[in-house]
Amino acid sequence: MKPFVGRWQTWAGFAVAAVVLFGVAPAVLSSFRLGLLGQYLCYAIVAAGIGLAWGRGGMLTLGQGVFFGLGAYMMGMHLKIADAEIRKQAVPDFMQIAGIPELPGYWTPFASPAFTLFAIVVIPTAIAAILGLGVFKRRVKGAYFAILSQALAAAMAILLVGQATLGGSNGLNGFRTFFGFALSDPVNRQMLYFIAAATLLVVVAVTRQLMQSRYGELLVAVRDGEERVRFLGYDPANIKVVAYTAAALFASIAGALFAPIIGFITPAQVGILPSIAFLIGVAIGGRTTLLGPVLGAVGVAWAQTLFSERFPSEWIYAQGLLFIVVVGFFPAGLAGLGVLLRRRRRRRDPAPEPDPEPEEQKVGASA
Amino acid sequence: MTDVAKEPVAGGNVGMGTEYLEVRGLTVDFDGFKAVSDVDLTLFQGDLRFLIGPNGAGKTTVIDAITGLVSASGSVSKSGVELLGKRVHQIARHGVGRTFQTASVFEQLTVLQNLDIAAGAGRSWWTLLRRRSGVLPAIEEALDLIGLTDLAEKPAGVLAHGQKQWLEIGMLLVQNADVLLLDEPVAGMSHEEREETGNLLRRIGGERTVVVVEHDMDFMRAFATSVTVLARGQVIAEGSVAEVQANPKVQEVYLGTAAAGAEGLDAAASELIEENS
Repeated sequence: MKPFVGRWQTWAGFAVAAVVLFGVAPAVLSSFRLGLLGQYLCYAIVAAGIGLAWGRGGMLTLGQGVFFGLGAYMMGMHLKIADAEIRKQAVPDFMQIAGIPELPGYWTPFASPAFTLFAIVVIPTAIAAILGLGVFKRRVKGAYFAILSQALAAAMAILLVGQATLGGSNGLNGFRTFFGFALSDPVNRQMLYFIAAATLLVVVAVTRQLMQSRYGELLVAVRDGEERVRFLGYDPANIKVVAYTAAALFASIAGALFAPIIGFITPAQVGILPSIAFLIGVAIGGRTTLLGPVLGAVGVAWAQTLFSERFPSEWIYAQGLLFIVVVGFFPAGLAGLGVLLRRRRRRRDPAPEPDPEPEEQKVGASA
Repeated sequence: MTDVAKEPVAGGNVGMGTEYLEVRGLTVDFDGFKAVSDVDLTLFQGDLRFLIGPNGAGKTTVIDAITGLVSASGSVSKSGVELLGKRVHQIARHGVGRTFQTASVFEQLTVLQNLDIAAGAGRSWWTLLRRRSGVLPAIEEALDLIGLTDLAEKPAGVLAHGQKQWLEIGMLLVQNADVLLLDEPVAGMSHEEREETGNLLRRIGGERTVVVVEHDMDFMRAFATSVTVLARGQVIAEGSVAEVQANPKVQEVYLGTAAAGAEGLDAAASELIEENS
């Protein structure tokens, strides 16, 4: 593990990504496909956080749907209020149908765009920090942590279905405007895509900094030897909670972008299944790397759309199979496969350095 | 190698003026089974103390209790600060470091990263969130002392067994621990590696308090300045190597019954070593 990429390569990487996302994609993709890509980029933002928390921190976050949903619902509430205000109605359309005469108290602050953006950042961060400290200080980890986070996602979905003031199982839908811009206009939809693309680049940059900093090294140390880190004078809970909180924040931001891009948010998008789906791309792409989760998330989502358009019922099996194969045989994901190939090539060449590296031999033998 | 002005000596080389570790009435109770009962230890800076005893004597449990891994009653104070009841990472920050029977370095990280993490418990978040740049002088010194300078950029996982143990000791040094508790540091090492480890302990022992839990009696005789013998959770003898070897109680513990002199202790010791390897 020596992710030492020079400074100019990093900038070049970001430049290429920017050209692809802001230049190539809008030029070659139809408005519909660009909207889909925008959704995938939202998944990629979630995936970057999972890569940090799971890949580097060893926390199997099976419940990112909770934070994704928080961000999406908070954004959705603001959009519904804004739409109602434009049409001079006291409450959003679905509340009129449900016979709710006035805005519930917890909705009112979301009339303010500034408060909404603030809440999308602060509320999931605070929840993740409090939850994380409570869980990690008690040394809950491994499968117990995974089950706990998954249970939260289930609870969140069940809770949302029961909330008439949040649209029940229909969720929030029919958004017409986004901070004053009509969503029926393709130019504005393209703008949403650009916002998602820019956010993804920022999230990747932040994740990269976290991974390559001293904190990132410490996080790997906590993953591999939590007790040992304790004896060096650190409280591992504090280290883990930062990665967990960052992942939650990314998921919330992704949700807040996802809702206006896709045009609705329902409890079905925040429960257990979507939470696991977030993980699949991360595992396939390579969870310990920076770009593996991001590319894996986009790739899996893209493949899902392509295949399910032609073979609607088979895709889910293919996806499951792929997940099993990757987790079972290539725990490092496709990124790990690349490393493996490079090492093989290096071994076939006459090695300039005769240092025996058992690690390499082991990997070669098991392949 | 640093310039060693002070060799470790029995009873410490600087008296009570500086760092010391004082254990009084330490008792560890595992649901009614007293793994350690009423242990007293006084360790001064500059002492290279070996903690020996038959299997199950409670040697490792004493270290576990001092470092906060198991809860205990009694008192453990380091230079006047009570450690018992503090949490593991707080005790570590008071300058008490330990190693484990099985080397537990971070195998995915490089030697340098391992040391950098060990040196960083007091870092601010601002420092943590930036990249490591350059090598701290203390880390360079430690790398030199443990002889791993050339391997600094290698992942710790590829190190030989002995090198991993040295890396652990190096981590304690940069951690700024002045009480070092080493749990069987030479287990599984070759003869040369034992020799080098012993010399390393001698070098670092002059300025710190080093406690070594050990089964290897040759190693103990060659490098200990003082010895404490534990049996069934209690201290049965304490003193220089010669004093302890001559102690009939110690001979009895190691031989079961009849005392047969220092040679007897040797025989028992080699048996023990075989058992362990």
